[in-house]
Amino acid sequence: MSRRILCVNVLAAVVLTTGLDSFGADVSGAIKTIRAVDNEGKGNKEALTAWRELSQAEVADLPKILAGFDGANPLAMNYLRSAVETIVDRSTAAGGKLPATELEKFLFDTKHDPKARRLTFELLAKVDPQAPDRIIPKMINDPSVELRRDAVARLIEAGKKLLAAEKPTDEQSQAARQVFAQALDGARDDDQVQEIKKQLEGLGQSVDLPSHFGFLLGWKLVAPFDNTDKKGLNIAYPPEKQLDLKATYQGKEDKEIQWVEHTTTDEYGIVDLAKVLSPFKGAVAYAVTEFQSPTELPVEFRLGTPNSWKVWLNGDLLFGREEYHRGMTIDQYRMKGTLKAGKNTILIKVCQNEQTEEWAQRWAFQLRVCDATGTAILSADRTKKTAKPGQSTGSD
Amino acid sequence: MPRAFLITFGLLATLCCAGADWPQFRGADSSGVANDRQVPTTIGDRIAWSAELPGRGLSGPIVVGERLFLTASSGYQQDRLHLLCFNVQTGKKLWEREFWATGRTLCHPKMCNATPTSASDGKRFFAFFSSNDVICVDLDGNLQWMRGMTYDYPNASNSIGMASSLAIAGDTLIVPVENMSESFTAGLDPATGVNRWKLDRPLIDNWTSPAVLRGKTPDDDLVILQSAKGISAIKPYTGFEAWHFDEPANVQPSATSAGGILYVPSKGLTALEPGANGAAPRVVWQANRISPATPSPIVDDGKVYAINGSGVLICADAKSAQVLWQLRLQVQSGEKPSRSVFSSTPVAAGGHLYVFNEDGVAMVVKTGATGEIVSSHEFGETILCTPAIANGALYVRSDQHLWKIGK
Repeated sequence: MSRRILCVNVLAAVVLTTGLDSFGADVSGAIKTIRAVDNEGKGNKEALTAWRELSQAEVADLPKILAGFDGANPLAMNYLRSAVETIVDRSTAAGGKLPATELEKFLFDTKHDPKARRLTFELLAKVDPQAPDRIIPKMINDPSVELRRDAVARLIEAGKKLLAAEKPTDEQSQAARQVFAQALDGARDDDQVQEIKKQLEGLGQSVDLPSHFGFLLGWKLVAPFDNTDKKGLNIAYPPEKQLDLKATYQGKEDKEIQWVEHTTTDEYGIVDLAKVLSPFKGAVAYAVTEFQSPTELPVEFRLGTPNSWKVWLNGDLLFGREEYHRGMTIDQYRMKGTLKAGKNTILIKVCQNEQTEEWAQRWAFQLRVCDATGTAILSADRTKKTAKPGQSTGSD
Repeated sequence: MPRAFLITFGLLATLCCAGADWPQFRGADSSGVANDRQVPTTIGDRIAWSAELPGRGLSGPIVVGERLFLTASSGYQQDRLHLLCFNVQTGKKLWEREFWATGRTLCHPKMCNATPTSASDGKRFFAFFSSNDVICVDLDGNLQWMRGMTYDYPNASNSIGMASSLAIAGDTLIVPVENMSESFTAGLDPATGVNRWKLDRPLIDNWTSPAVLRGKTPDDDLVILQSAKGISAIKPYTGFEAWHFDEPANVQPSATSAGGILYVPSKGLTALEPGANGAAPRVVWQANRISPATPSPIVDDGKVYAINGSGVLICADAKSAQVLWQLRLQVQSGEKPSRSVFSSTPVAAGGHLYVFNEDGVAMVVKTGATGEIVSSHEFGETILCTPAIANGALYVRSDQHLWKIGK
C-alpha cells in the first residue's frame, strides 16, 4: 500500500470514528455538547468550546446543524442558531453559496423543529428573492407559527384586494369570503384573527371565536374563601383537597357558599368573577370544568388573568403564580399538560387582593386548550356556543 | 512657555475632553455624567449619522472604544432578540446576532422586550431583555454563553415587563430580576454566566437599575439595590449585604452617586453617606421637593437635578438640597408646546444636560446659576432610552433609528 493510500485510509477512518465533518469540525460532537446546556449555566463552559468548533463548520454542514435543533431545549437552540448565523456570515463574506436545495428540502420536512425551519426559510430568503413567493403560500397550516403568520398575512391582503373596488361584485365578495375563511383556518395570532373576523362579518359571515381559540366556556364557581393579606394563594381550601360539587363550605367571614354554574358568553371566554359572583376583595374563587378527550393527548393550557392563580389538571398542579393587576391578555400564561383519555377535570384558583384603586378591581380569567401552535383543541362533548358580537369584556 | 507645561497641559486637556467608554446604563459609574467637553450643544445640525434598527427598544446604547452595542426586539410576540454592533465613526453595522427569547415577552405597550440596557466589561457584550434572557458575546459577536433567568426560575417575570438594566462591578455581572412572584438579583461570573450568588429580593415590582458606588479599589465597589423595601448595598463578588437602609424607595427612578454620596429616590430624594465597614448610612438630607418621576436623578458639578411628574427640571444644591432653580422642559413643537412626558434619564456633559421627551423632542439645557434651554431638536420618533456619551458625541435611539450627534 502506498503511503498516499494509507494516509487517505487513515483519514477516512478518523472521519468515520470521530464524526469529523468538513474542514475537520466535529459537528456531531459539538452539537451534542451544546445540547447539554441547561439550567443555571450547566454546560456553559463546555458549550463555549463546542460552539467555537461548530462555528468553524462549512455551509454544507448547515442541514445537520439545523437538525440538531430537534428536541433541543431553548438555550441550546439559541447556541445552535448563533453558530448557523456565524457560519453563514463568514461564507457570505467570502462569496460562498448556501446549499439551497438541501436547505429547502429541510424546510419542507415538517418533522424538523419549527424554529429551525423558520430560520432556514430566512436564510433562503436572503439569497433568493423569489423564495418567499414560492414558499410562504404553502405554509398556511404549518407547525411554525411565524411561517403560518406570513401565509395568513398574504391571504388577508389577497382578500382585501378582491374587495378593493368601490362596489365589489357578488363574485368578488364570494371569492373574498373564501380567501378570508382560508385565512381564518390558518390564523392563530389574535391580531390576524381580529382582522379576518372584521372582514368576514362585513361579508355577512359570523365567526365563532370561542371555538376558534378553544376557550372553555362552562364553569362551576365557588367563592369567597379568605385572601386577606394575600395569604389565600397558598392555603389549600377544601376544593383543592377534594372536589365535591354538591358540598357546602364555610367561606370568608363564615359565609355558607356553594358551587354555582356559569357559562360565559364572552367572545374571549372571559369569566368575570366580580360580576358573576360579587366584587369581593381579599377573596379566593375556585372554578372547575370538565374536558373530554378521545385519547391521551399532550396540550397547552393558556390562561389570562390579572389575579394570582393556580391551575390543576386531574388533581396535579400545573403552575401557580402570585401577581396582581399587571394586565390580562390572551395567552398570558402557557402551561403544558397531558390530557388523559376520557374525562379530565380542570380546576383554577383565582385570588383577588384588597387594593382599592379603580384599576385594581378586576377579578377574572380566561382559559383555553390548544396545541403548541395555538390551534384549538375542543372537548369532545363541546357544543358550539357563539358569543354575540361585541360581548367581549376586553382586557385590563 | 516651558515644554513640560505644554505637555502636562496637553495631557490634562486630553483627559478632560476625550470621553471615556460608556459601558452600561448611565455610564461606568452610573452617574450619567461624562467628563467630555466636546459634545455639541446643538443637535439638528450635528447629526453625524443615523442607522436603521431591526426592532423596537428602550435600551440605551453602550460604547466600548470604536464600537457601539445595542439591543432591539421584534416579532409579533417580541420574542426575537437582536444584538447589534456599529462602528461609532461611520455608523456602519459591523455585525448583528439574533436569538429567541426563552422567557415571557409580555410588556406594557410603551415598553418592549429590549427595555433593559446592556453592559460591557471591555471584552464582552452582555445583553439583557425583559424576558430575562442574558446573552454574552465577545466584541465580534461570537457567543460566549446564554442564560434564561425565567427558564431557570419559572416565576421570575412581570406581566407588564421588566426594565432594570445590567451593571458590572467587582468582576461580576449584576442581573436584577425583581418582581412580585419570584424576585432576586444574581451575580454572574462574566466568563461563564454561572451564578456567583443569587439573592432573594422583596416580592414587589421593581424597574430600577443597580447603581455602582465605586470604592477606593474595585474590591471596595458596592452595588446599590433599591426597592420599596429600602436600599441594600451589596458586595458584588459575594452578594453579601454591606449595609441596609430601611426607608422605602421608588421603583422606577434609580439611585445615583457623586462624591461618595448616594442620592436615592426616596421621600422625594434622599442623600445618604454610606458608613464605613458595614455601618448604616447617615441621612445627609431628605427633600420632598426634589421628586424624580420616571427619569433617574443626576448629579453634576455640585448640583442635583431631577425631572418631576409635571416635566419640570429641578436643580438643587447637592450638599444642602436647597432648590436653586426650576425649569419647565418645554419647547414649541409645531403649533403646540412639546409634551411634558419623560422616560429617558438625562445625561450631562460640559455644563449641559441632554433631555429627551417621549415624543423624541431633544432639549439641551445649559446649567449654571439658572437653567436655560439653549437648543432643541425634534427627532419625530418616540424616544424612551437613556442616551450614551462617548468620544465627544451623544448617541440616542428610538424604535426605528440610532443617531450619533457629534463629529
